[in-house]
Parts: sequence; C-alpha cells; structure tokens
Amino acid sequence: MIVQGLVFYLFAAIVVVSGVMVISARNPVHSVLFLILAFFNSAGLFVLMGAEFLAMILIIVYVGAVAVLFLFVVMMLDVNFVQLREGFLQYLPVGGLIGIILFVELLLVLGGAGVTVEGAPANALAAPMPAANVTNTEALGALLYTKYVYLFQAAGMVLLVAMIGAIVLTHRTRPGVRRQNISDQVGRRREDGVELKKIQPGQGA
Amino acid sequence: MDIALTDLLLEYLPILIFLGVAIGLSVVMVGGSYIAAHQKPDPEKLSAYECGFDAFEGSRAQFDVRFYLVAILFIIFDLEVAFLFPWAVALGEIGVFGFWSMVVFLGILTIGFVYEWKKGALEWE
Repeated sequence: MIVQGLVFYLFAAIVVVSGVMVISARNPVHSVLFLILAFFNSAGLFVLMGAEFLAMILIIVYVGAVAVLFLFVVMMLDVNFVQLREGFLQYLPVGGLIGIILFVELLLVLGGAGVTVEGAPANALAAPMPAANVTNTEALGALLYTKYVYLFQAAGMVLLVAMIGAIVLTHRTRPGVRRQNISDQVGRRREDGVELKKIQPGQGA
Repeated sequence: MDIALTDLLLEYLPILIFLGVAIGLSVVMVGGSYIAAHQKPDPEKLSAYECGFDAFEGSRAQFDVRFYLVAILFIIFDLEVAFLFPWAVALGEIGVFGFWSMVVFLGILTIGFVYEWKKGALEWE
C-alpha cells in the first residue's frame, strides 16, 4: 500500500525533525513541546506496525504524564539556559559517540548478527501480530499476567519504590499550617469552648 | 502485506483524514490571514498592548516542588491503570492465576497509596 508508505515517511520525518529540535531549540519549554510532537508521531509509527496498544499507552503515559513532568522540571529548575547552552559543542563528541554506539547496537539487534535469545523464534522481531483474529491488547494480556508474572510483580515493586522515593524526597511537613482535623472538630465538647461565669450584680466582670 | 494489519490500519484511516483536515484547515486560516489581510505595521501596533507594559523578567518563576510530587504520583497510578486494560481484555483466558496476579500487583500499589495518604502527601495544606 502506497498510502501506508507515505504516512510512514511523513511520521518518521516529523519524529527525526522534532528530535533535532528538542536538542537545538533555544527555549527549554519549546524543547518539551517538540518532544511531545515526537511522542505523537512515534505513536503513529506504532499504529503503522500494528502495535496499537503501545501507541495508545505512549500517548496516555508519555504525553499525558511524563511530558507534563518534564515541563514541571523545566519550570522548576532555576538555571540560566543561555549559559548552559554555551558548552553545547563541547559535549558533541561524547554525545555523538553514545549515539553511534546505540545505533550499532540497534543494528545488531535488528540484523540478528550473532544474537540468539534462548527460546525466541528466529524472526520474532518481524512478527508483532500473533494471529489474525487476536487483538494486540488481548495478546499482551494473555502473556503478561501469567507467563511473565514475576516481571509484572517486579514492575509493581518498582512503582512502589518510585512512589515512596518521590514522597521521601519532596514531601515536607510545613510547621504552623492550620489544617482541617475533622475528628478534633467533631470531638470538641461544650465544656472546652464555653465558660459560664456567674457575675454578681454591681461587681462588674 | 498482512490482511489483519491492513484491516487494522483501515480502522485508523478516519483519524488520519481528520488529522489532515485539521492541519490543512489551520494552515489555510493562518496562511490566508497572512496573504489576504492588509498589513501595515508601525511601532505602535507592534509594541505591547496599549495599556500594558513590557515584561520586567521572564515568566518562568520557580514554583513549588509539591506540583512535581502530585505529577509523579499521578504517573504511577496512570501506569497502574494502563496495566489494567490488557488484564481486563484477557481476563477470560488467563483464568484465576491471572486474576490473583493482578490483585497482588494492586495490593503492592495499595501499600504505597496507604503510605502516601498517611504521610499526608495528598494534602495541599
């Protein structure tokens, strides 16, 4: 299908261009917005591969939550970004080296050169759709909670650690805050708040 | 080309058309106003609105770390819900074991939820 090919190149080109813009945009908020654009287009690429569940999760989790978190971090950091950007060329060799290493690793995995995972079929990467009448989400669900149960529970543990870690790192109880305490309010008795004094006539309070 | 994949992509075709229409329409509206409108800029028109004044500093003020805490707690429960979708779809196949595996997962996260509730991380003060 020619339409599919055209759409693929459109999405892929936008991903690459917005990826470049993420690191070259002057304003860090613009960088995050380009990152969101890249996420949306990668979701489009996932749909083209038939991985619709991953595409939706990418939008819900990455665009809906992670990108918002990035925006918060960008807003919270009190860094002079113009100053930060001056060392841009200085880091280029190191960054380029890491990029090349990742690219070579990706080629090795896709080419399957000397890489055999035990128990995996030879061209597992090339077959994202398990069967004609099983949807993507169903196929994931059939494996994730039974065959990969330990990994699934480990994911739960990681989320728990993240939750507790975030609270320990950022939560401070502020002194002197008057907050609502319903049990105190309900448990307050008449004797605690009202005092009756008997004043004799002519004596004053 | 796989028949199933083609069917799947055909389901997404309306979204693609919608995207195309949305992008085309916004390009037409912005570009049309550039071309058709009579433009005659002068310094008064280009300056800040007449009763306002130029900004003193960037609008990026540092703000409270509690926003970050709320966002990160949201992400965690967002992921939890994302795990629930394939579970709900495949519940008929995975049987009792799959059901209890999700219950254990939810239990682990409930421990964290009780922790953050008791710690007061959900309160704004």
